[in-house]
Formats: sequence, structure tokens, C-alpha cells
Amino acid sequence: MIAQIPILIVVIPLISSLFCPLIGLWRRGLCYLWAIVALALCALASVNTLFAVIANGTIHYRLGGWAPPFGIEYVVDHLSAMMLVIVSVISLIVAVYSKRTVEQELPGRVVYFYTVFLLQVTGFLGIVITGDLFNLYVFLEIGSLAGYALIAIGEDGAPLATFRYIVMGTIGACFYLLGVGYIYISTGSLNMADVQQLLPQLYDSRVILTAIAFLLAGLAVKMALFPVHVWLPDAYTKAPSATSALIAPLMTKISLYVMIRVLFTVFKPHLSIELLPITDIMVWAGFVAILVGGIMALAQTDFKRMLCYVVVAEVGYIVGGVGLANTIAIKGAVLHILNDAVMTVGLFTVAGIIMYKTKSHNISDFHGLFKKMPFTMFAFVVGALSIIGVPPTCGFFSKWYLIQGAVIAEHWAFLIALLLSSLISVVLFFRVIEIGYVFQASHGGNAHATGHTATIDEAPLSMLIPTIAIALSIILIGVYNQAILSNIIAFAVPRL
Amino acid sequence: MFEFVVSHYNYWAYVGLMMIGFYAMMAKRNLIKKIIGMNIFQSAIILFYISTSVKKGGVTVPILEHAHGGHGAHHAVNIMQYANPLPHVLMLTAIVVMVATLGVAVAVCIMIYRRYNTLEEDEIIMSIKRG
Repeated sequence: MIAQIPILIVVIPLISSLFCPLIGLWRRGLCYLWAIVALALCALASVNTLFAVIANGTIHYRLGGWAPPFGIEYVVDHLSAMMLVIVSVISLIVAVYSKRTVEQELPGRVVYFYTVFLLQVTGFLGIVITGDLFNLYVFLEIGSLAGYALIAIGEDGAPLATFRYIVMGTIGACFYLLGVGYIYISTGSLNMADVQQLLPQLYDSRVILTAIAFLLAGLAVKMALFPVHVWLPDAYTKAPSATSALIAPLMTKISLYVMIRVLFTVFKPHLSIELLPITDIMVWAGFVAILVGGIMALAQTDFKRMLCYVVVAEVGYIVGGVGLANTIAIKGAVLHILNDAVMTVGLFTVAGIIMYKTKSHNISDFHGLFKKMPFTMFAFVVGALSIIGVPPTCGFFSKWYLIQGAVIAEHWAFLIALLLSSLISVVLFFRVIEIGYVFQASHGGNAHATGHTATIDEAPLSMLIPTIAIALSIILIGVYNQAILSNIIAFAVPRL
Repeated sequence: MFEFVVSHYNYWAYVGLMMIGFYAMMAKRNLIKKIIGMNIFQSAIILFYISTSVKKGGVTVPILEHAHGGHGAHHAVNIMQYANPLPHVLMLTAIVVMVATLGVAVAVCIMIYRRYNTLEEDEIIMSIKRG
């Protein structure tokens, strides 16, 4: 049984998603519990796997007993074990949180919401755990398709935003598939470890250059790297609150994980860093993404839309950090994947609570929220401080490593972008805090907000407890970042 | 040069189809035309994968000969006689994924049509702005 745990991580949410509609036929309310039980089991299995990996090193699991490269192999090393825990724990927290907001925003569609929710988590976990390039494509599409469905049921304008996301996402996935095809015709293998062994003789081949270009272009669309981020703000703003809390932190981070896999596992760091100028391009792409994301965030009056542009900027941090191509910067980038997932889910859960209570995610409707929902706004302030990068929140530490990496690489432009981005975040979040704290509700600007003020109070416990838990974990990850770095991330970074 | 182009016509066809699909996805304003473009784009990739499995000179499918315990089942398998089956299998999976994508895209189109009574992108944006 213990040996089967890697496959159970994917199979549990997949099977439970198939049974979810059947359970919904019998008792509607049970779907919520069913999803939570499935995700809790999945999170337990992931944490167990993480400790097994820390104790014994990489785990290889052969599907159906077929030896790689002929069979599909699941590989859990330190990086993927960490990602498994991030995905399964965050989706569990969002599932617990989602009960009231789904009942309010999607009445009558609760059963299907949890079915697709579980399918989405299956896709994410599968991408992380698989050691096979084509299998990764299939899981990428499972995750994306479930994501399209979850976003399309949102507020007015969501279907059009989803349609654009489908068009862009399909292009991204198809480019990835083409890249895999080029690798397959030149090596005859789809297993990542096998491809890594076979490729070095072909590194000067033009087919491999085409392959790496297609792979990275496809993944750039999926991770919403500037300038192909255009699908993200619309889609995540108009999605239901629970959906954006699940997808906004995870989808981009999973694509970044795949990018790191492609650069350092499928290809050797030697090719990605020394032979080709990929990493130089990545630093500049990250530089532009950070600045444009920050400036666009400043221009928004909608809270969720502002957070979406913050996500775009954070993607720039990680792409740039990997592009700096020294050990400390890559450590910082990998740590930032963890931190940013936690920070983003924290802020989007706060946005969901405010949406639940005020029926709006416009910043001008935030008047006097600090008095009315102090615990929610505490979580918001912790998340905001972490995005800004104030110690001891986790955002400070990854940013610190990225800055150190930029100094070592002597890439001053990226360093300036990192510091500027902190300043922009200060302006960004203190504007929201000012509106929420200083202005009183009685002075509230528009009639829409004042109409609801009488009923606004602290969020229900089922939403509040997950949100506070995330806020505390932001601080805890910051305090224990050394333990995470030395036990997990130090092994996830390639030897350069 | 001409010889090279002619002998690889299937690859040129794949590039051409892909560009047609890409153009339709980017430039067309009608959502159904975008979906059609998406399908052409995806089919081009299928053509590419299947092209890679072809071998010249009367090759066949692995299951046709020496299979199912028929006469000669114990002969050694000569891979030069067979087209590579793996790209075909991969494309079976990819076709399933593409059908699912098509289904989701058409379902979203239905949602859009029910809400705005049109599938022209400009008109939808106009009616969203009008609120």
C-alpha cells in the first residue's frame, strides 16, 4: 500500500470527481464533504510522499509495472514533492473555504462545481508528478479544460473572457505538443530522464532548438508571461470567487514548474544556460513583466483585477530568477513559487469574502471594512505585507534571495525592477488599506455600497478559518524558510 | 531546393495548415470562425505527428502480419517493415483532448449566444460596455 502512494495522489481526486455527480443525485450537500474528504486524503498522501522523499530521495513509480522508457513513469523528486504538497494543501483549503461562496454565487450548480473542481486538482497534480512528456500534455489539458469550465460560470462577461482563454490556452498547449513532437522525432523517447540522457549529442541540432522554442513559447502562454498574459486578468477577475482562489495561485505556478522541468530536467542546465541565450531572454522577459504588471496593477480600480496584475508581476519574478541562472537566484525563484502560491491564495480568499459580504470587488466599495471585518482585513494586511516583502512574512525571504542572485549575476536592471516592484506594491496596497481604514462607511461613495453596509459584518467561520490559516502560514513559512530551503529546495536546484 | 520541398510536402502542408488556423484564431472576429481555426491548427499537429511515423517502401501496420499467433508469428520482427505505431497512439489521445476542447469551446459559445444574442466579438464587447 505504501508503495502505491504516488499513484494514489492522482487517482483519489480523479475517481472521486467521477463519483461526485452520482453522490449529488442522492444528496446535494454531500458533494462538499466528499470533495473535502478526497482532497484531505490526497493532501495526506502528498505530505507523506514529501517526507519519504526527504528521507530516501527520489521516488520512481512505474505505471502497470512497465519499465521506462517504454512505460509511463511517475517521478517524485524534491521539487515535485514540494509542488504536490502546495497543490494538494491549497486546494484542500480552498475547498473548505468555498462552501458559502459557491452556495451564494452558483446556486443549483454546486454538484458540478465540485466535480470539475476535483478534476482541476487532478490535472494539476498529474502535471507535477509525471515523468513523461506526453503524459504531461494530457494532464495540462485536463487541468486547462476544467479551468475553462470553472471560469465560464462566473459573472457577466465571464464566457467571453473564457473563450479568449480557450483560444490562447489551446495555442499554448499545441505549441507544447509540437515541441514534444520535435523531441520525439530526434530521440525516439518521451521519458524525461531518458531524453536527458539521449539529447546531449544533438544539442547543436536545429530540431532541438525548434523544440525548446516551441516548448517555452507554449508554456509562456500558460504561465501568463508578459506579453502573452492578456487572457489572465479578464478570466480570473470574472471567475467565481472560489475558482479564482483555486486557479490564480496554482495554474501559473504549475506552468512555471513545468518550465523549470523543461530547462533543467529535459535539457541539461549546460544547454539552457551556456549554449543558448535562453536565460538572458528570460531575465529581460521577467524584468518587463514585473514593471508592466506593477504599473497595470496601479491603474486598476477593481480589487480582483489588481491582484491579477500582481500575479503577472510575480510570474516575472520567478521567470527572471530562473533566468539569472545562479544557485541562489534559482533557490529564490523556487521558494517564490511556494510563497507566491500561498500569498496569492490568501489575497484571493480575502477578495472572495469581501465579494460574499458586499457583492462587489471594486476598491471604492471597501469603505470602513477594517472596523466591520477585522479578522479578514488582518489576513489581507499579512498578504499585502508579504507581496511588498516585509519581514518576517515569507515574501521577504524569496525576494531577498532573488536580490542576492541579481547582485551575483551583476544584473542591475533586474535588481532595480525588484526594488521598484516593492515600492509599487506599497502604493498599491496602502491605497486599499487607506480606503478600508480611514474612510468611514457613512461617507461611502456610491449608493450601491451604502445599501449593503447595514448587513456587512465578519465573514462566516467556514470562510474565515481557512483565510486566517493561510495568513498564519505566510508568517510561518517566512520564519521557517531556512528549514524549507535546506531540506527541500537545496535538492531541487540543479547543480550548475 | 525544389526536390527538397516536394519530397517533404506533408511537412509543408502541416506548416501551411497551421498558419491558416493561427490566422483564423487571431484575425477573425466571429467566435465560430475562431473555433474552426482552432480545429485546423490542431489537425495540422496531427498531420505532423503522423508524417513522422511514415517510412518509405511498402511498410504496413504492425498488427497486419506476424500477429495473433498466425503463421509466422515466431519470426523476428523487422522494424523496417512497419510504420512507427507510437505517434498514431499519441494522436489518438490528442484527438480525444481536441474533441474535449472543441466541446468546451462550443459550450461557452452557447453561453455567450444566450446572453448576448450574437457571436460577433465586436458586438459582444459593445453590449458588455453598454452594461
